[in-house]
Amino acid sequence: MSDRTNITDIAEMAHAPAYNDDAANTGETRTLQIFRGDGEGGSLVPYEIELIEGMVVLDAVLKIQAEQAGDLAVRWNCKAAHCGSCSAEINGKPKLLCKSRVEEYDGQEIKVMPLQAFPVVKDLVSDVSWNYGVSAQIQPFNPGKEQAPFTMYEEDVERLYEPKKCIECFMCQDVCHVLRTHHKHPEFAGPRFFVRTQWLEMHPMDENNRLQFLKEGRGGVQYCNITKCCSEVCPVDIHITDNSIIPLKERVADEYYDPAKWLMRKIRGNRRNGSANGNGGTRASHKRAEIRTNG
Amino acid sequence: MIGAGGAGLRAAVAATERGLSVGVVTKSLLGKAHTVMAEGGIAASLGNVDPEDGWQTHFKDTMKSGKFINNWRMAEIFAKEAPDRVYELEQWGALFNRTPEGKISQRPFGAHTYRRLCHVGDRTGLELIRTMQEKVLATDTKVYMETTVTRLFQNDEGRVVGALAYTRETGKFIHFKAKAVVMATGGWGRIFKVTSNSWEGTGDGVMLAYHAGAELVDMEMMQFHPTGMVWPPGVRGLLVTEGVRGEGGLLKNSEGDRYMGNYDEERMELSSRDVVARANYTEVKEGRGSPHGGVYLDITHLGYDKIIQKLPTMHEQFLKLADIDISKEPMEVFPTVHYTMGGIKIDPETAASNVPGLFAAGEVAGGLHGANRLGGNSLSDLLVFGRRAGEGAAEYVKSNGYSTDIPESAVEEEKKRMLDPLQKQGEGENPYHLQQELQEVMMEHANLMRTGDSLKEGLGKVLALKDRLPNMKASGSTLFNPGWHAVQDVNNLVTISEVILRTALERTERRGAQWRLDFDGPDDDLGRVNFIVKEDAQGEVGIEKRDIPPMPEHLRRLFDENQDMSGGEKTGKESQF
Amino acid sequence: MAQSDAARSTTQVLNRLPWWTGPITVTTVLIGFGIYVTASLFLFDRSEYENYLSPFYSPPVGFPEWLPTWLTPAVFVLWIPLGFRATCYYYRKAYYRSFFWDPPACSSKAQQREPRSPENYRGETALFVLNNIHRYFLYGSLIVLVFLWYDTALAFLPQGSFGISLGSIIFLINVSLISAYTLSCHSLRHLIGGQVDCYSCVTGGNARRKAYNWLSVLNRQHALWAWLSLFSLLITDIYVRLLLAGAITDLRIL
Ligand SMILES: Cc1cc2nc3c(=O)[nH]c(=O)nc-3n(C[C@H](O)[C@H](O)[C@H](O)COP(=O)(O)OP(=O)(O)OC[C@H]3O[C@@H](n4cnc5c(N)ncnc54)[C@H](O)[C@@H]3O)c2cc1C
Ligand code: SF4
Ligand code: SF4
Ligand code: FES
Ligand code: FES
Repeated sequence: MSDRTNITDIAEMAHAPAYNDDAANTGETRTLQIFRGDGEGGSLVPYEIELIEGMVVLDAVLKIQAEQAGDLAVRWNCKAAHCGSCSAEINGKPKLLCKSRVEEYDGQEIKVMPLQAFPVVKDLVSDVSWNYGVSAQIQPFNPGKEQAPFTMYEEDVERLYEPKKCIECFMCQDVCHVLRTHHKHPEFAGPRFFVRTQWLEMHPMDENNRLQFLKEGRGGVQYCNITKCCSEVCPVDIHITDNSIIPLKERVADEYYDPAKWLMRKIRGNRRNGSANGNGGTRASHKRAEIRTNG
Repeated sequence: MIGAGGAGLRAAVAATERGLSVGVVTKSLLGKAHTVMAEGGIAASLGNVDPEDGWQTHFKDTMKSGKFINNWRMAEIFAKEAPDRVYELEQWGALFNRTPEGKISQRPFGAHTYRRLCHVGDRTGLELIRTMQEKVLATDTKVYMETTVTRLFQNDEGRVVGALAYTRETGKFIHFKAKAVVMATGGWGRIFKVTSNSWEGTGDGVMLAYHAGAELVDMEMMQFHPTGMVWPPGVRGLLVTEGVRGEGGLLKNSEGDRYMGNYDEERMELSSRDVVARANYTEVKEGRGSPHGGVYLDITHLGYDKIIQKLPTMHEQFLKLADIDISKEPMEVFPTVHYTMGGIKIDPETAASNVPGLFAAGEVAGGLHGANRLGGNSLSDLLVFGRRAGEGAAEYVKSNGYSTDIPESAVEEEKKRMLDPLQKQGEGENPYHLQQELQEVMMEHANLMRTGDSLKEGLGKVLALKDRLPNMKASGSTLFNPGWHAVQDVNNLVTISEVILRTALERTERRGAQWRLDFDGPDDDLGRVNFIVKEDAQGEVGIEKRDIPPMPEHLRRLFDENQDMSGGEKTGKESQF
Repeated sequence: MAQSDAARSTTQVLNRLPWWTGPITVTTVLIGFGIYVTASLFLFDRSEYENYLSPFYSPPVGFPEWLPTWLTPAVFVLWIPLGFRATCYYYRKAYYRSFFWDPPACSSKAQQREPRSPENYRGETALFVLNNIHRYFLYGSLIVLVFLWYDTALAFLPQGSFGISLGSIIFLINVSLISAYTLSCHSLRHLIGGQVDCYSCVTGGNARRKAYNWLSVLNRQHALWAWLSLFSLLITDIYVRLLLAGAITDLRIL
């Protein structure tokens, strides 16, 4: 420790170390085409900015906002792909602006547009409030008479962590052709809400049944033709189609399309929630002796 | 309710359950508030992993870390009620990682005696806010998204009877008539350039309350999180969760030394946030920093598989944004402004402020955390005091009858004030540039280590900026116009900065987050007071030194006889600065 | 997941290909396969060469005299694997995208080309609701799979004693890929564990959970298994036919 230059001047010590940001200037410039306009229409406007090392498209947009177009509308919060605010379309594909590096588009144009499946408000902002309306129509979690703290084992809930990761960026909603091309908003809940319904349905403590909602109600799961665009865009890698939609479709099939299951239900006379064959009790409804082995 | 973070939503649920008609106002979309970004976990003494844990230890840890200037009654309520609030979340559908016995699992965190943080991977805040959001959506509560409150209205008696807000998507004003207002607007990290906060962290709530005559407490206390990202510039300040150190991450300087031993031999990397932050700062200041001006945080010894399992978000964040694979290379980190301990002074039982009809909870309220917040204590704070605020407000509304009408002229006047920057002709100041200037001033003068001279110089600069505020100008219309919005933010930020600088000048000692280099160690007399700020009759910042009432016997007994209750901590090198 | 630079640049190249390359390739391959299967169904009635039975014809069933001779025994069994594949969640995706352009790809440009107007789009509510019988094809396919393993065992028993030759190895690869495809089926995954909400509440739950987790791992690559097993089927059948035609002789290894 002897050779260390301990600073003794307190004034100097109170002075926060400066960052050498010049090192990050690449000296290059880059042009972004950004949609400017509102619900009535608009056009792509080119903006040129200095390129900074490691820049993401959101940085670029905010730089334009601070220096060239103060009223350029864009949503953002966390800048770290945690909150799902900054969704927009880059070159026709939904992206989180804070997670898309400008370098990724070397040699290509960068065209930034708002989400197209929802009404455009202004510039890069669309009105996504429809989604919250759908969310409100899904029956909430209902553990029946059980009171927390629950005894739930990791083995029973491990597959629920994946759908729970959703950051509600609504990019899957945007890219889903049932909404974007076919505008089935009134009859179709969209992948985001299948993800939510899936964990609710598979939750060991939940007692509600949302299969009717999915098949006949506003869920409209059969409109989904499992073409997986939603899975391709999910920023938190939820395998939406494989792990949420298809399992739900299978449960709907159990309930509505499987003659054998139908017969079994007739014979046994029980229409239990969650799994139609009375085979996968919820912890809340089946207070059986615990049959558990370690694994 | 103003604010849709954990605190605002919890308050809304509480008030709705009591039969009130509730509206929640938020600047962003639902579910995007800071709460969603919290990673580490939520602190509650469930004792699932360490059965010895109980509210007493949690209380002690909280007080010790707050250097005893916390409101002890708040801390007591908090430690006692936190477990119930966590179970309540579970009841509403939240899912935490489990122990082998099927209970909620808990992880260790800096300066918590026991393993206490209930968590789900590194996205606990997401789980919390999503659960609350879904709970609120299932009630009749009306949610006003992307709506910013700009002023509170008071009647002749001084009661808060409503607020003016404007909705971004339409550009229209809304006049809310409300018998009570709960402020849950979060912190004000954005007065600093390097911060983990989003654009929302502009302290609107604390300023709305201040202008309505509310008392603020502990405003000098800003928490610097020891580990924020430093490179590339676009991500500077982004949080590197304390979980990394919780999982065994080591801090090293450019010479490869694991230096925490020089600052806190016992707890090393898991020392309290203020200590680790100052250590990192000192290393860099003394020339042992990395090329980009940080120190190294090394987790490579954990191995790829473990890292992916325990810290997936961090791995992804560094890989994606900084081209660094944290399973192979160390991260570069430096302290980043993170949390505001101070805020609106509230009554511990009802979360009421001194202004009738105004309640506060969450980060915007002050008192619980004292001079330094413990990691994970914020999320439980939101729930404990969010609920109390909601119930307090419901109680207040039921027992008071009065009209919420105010003269139309007051509403018009506020609208005019708001629209002014858009109507200005000719040259004006760019609000973004003013904000940047302010941030640089605060970085330079009110950073982790402070001196009287530097604070005074900073105050001068801030006051100069204040004079330029009326010149701000925005272009465009009222429709989703961030520039116009920034004008309002800057107004708040400048006043908060002034308050912070002035209170920091008053607290002439070293205590928790307030570290005055021109004074040695903590001052016992100052350890018995809070600085209370209130707008005075001339509209200036009025500061009052107020004694902390002595701790009652049943709490005092919890601490050892020989425990140093002054809140001082002199370990190793720390005492030098 | 960490991506190597090479992997990253291939993804980048793939991303830059025009959006229609995907659907066109799938269409071509599937049509090609269809033509081959139809042709072989009607053109050849022999499917056995020594101890090899072409997987299209397994299990071998008797061919009643009264049927027109232009049919082959394969019609009695082939509908099972074909139906299985036609109603498979993965192939559904593939043909909705490539044959029906519903949507052909995910970019907004591609989706603007969707042929159906919003009023005419029915998803899986109308005709394709039939795909819900997939699970019954699964049950059939599981039975067929047993026979395929039996055939494979036979393939290792030329003239009644153990021997390895190129043909038997091809058979083994084929049956393994088909098993991977069949076991990674979504309906099977549902049957085994997907329908259970609480493993620790049901008898045998732990075993089911383990099986479910294992199938889930396999399921992640379901598309890959779908394609590989399709090609391996094709190759196995061609191999048997080449032997039958005397164009090649089986390479004996052991
Ligand atoms: C990156 C990060 C990580 C963190 N990790 C942890 C952790 O692991 N554990 C922990 O305990 N704590 C953690 N914290 C701290 C904790 O998340 C916050 O302190 C807490 O979420 C604050 O909640 P809140 O409800 O008070 O306010 P916020 O969540 O900040 O919400 C404020 C709300 O008020 C609204 N609002 C603000 N101004 C106005 C206005 N003028 N008009 C209308 N609405 C307005 C906003 O839109 C928002 O909805 C972390 C914080 C950050 C930033
Ligand atoms: S898989 Fe279904 S939900 Fe997902 S994008 Fe395709 S049609 Fe939409
Ligand atoms: S499921 Fe994925 S893509 Fe859809 S909203 Fe959630 S995070 Fe976004
Ligand atoms: S800003 Fe939060 S996800 Fe991009
Ligand atoms: S899902 Fe493809 S075979 Fe069943």
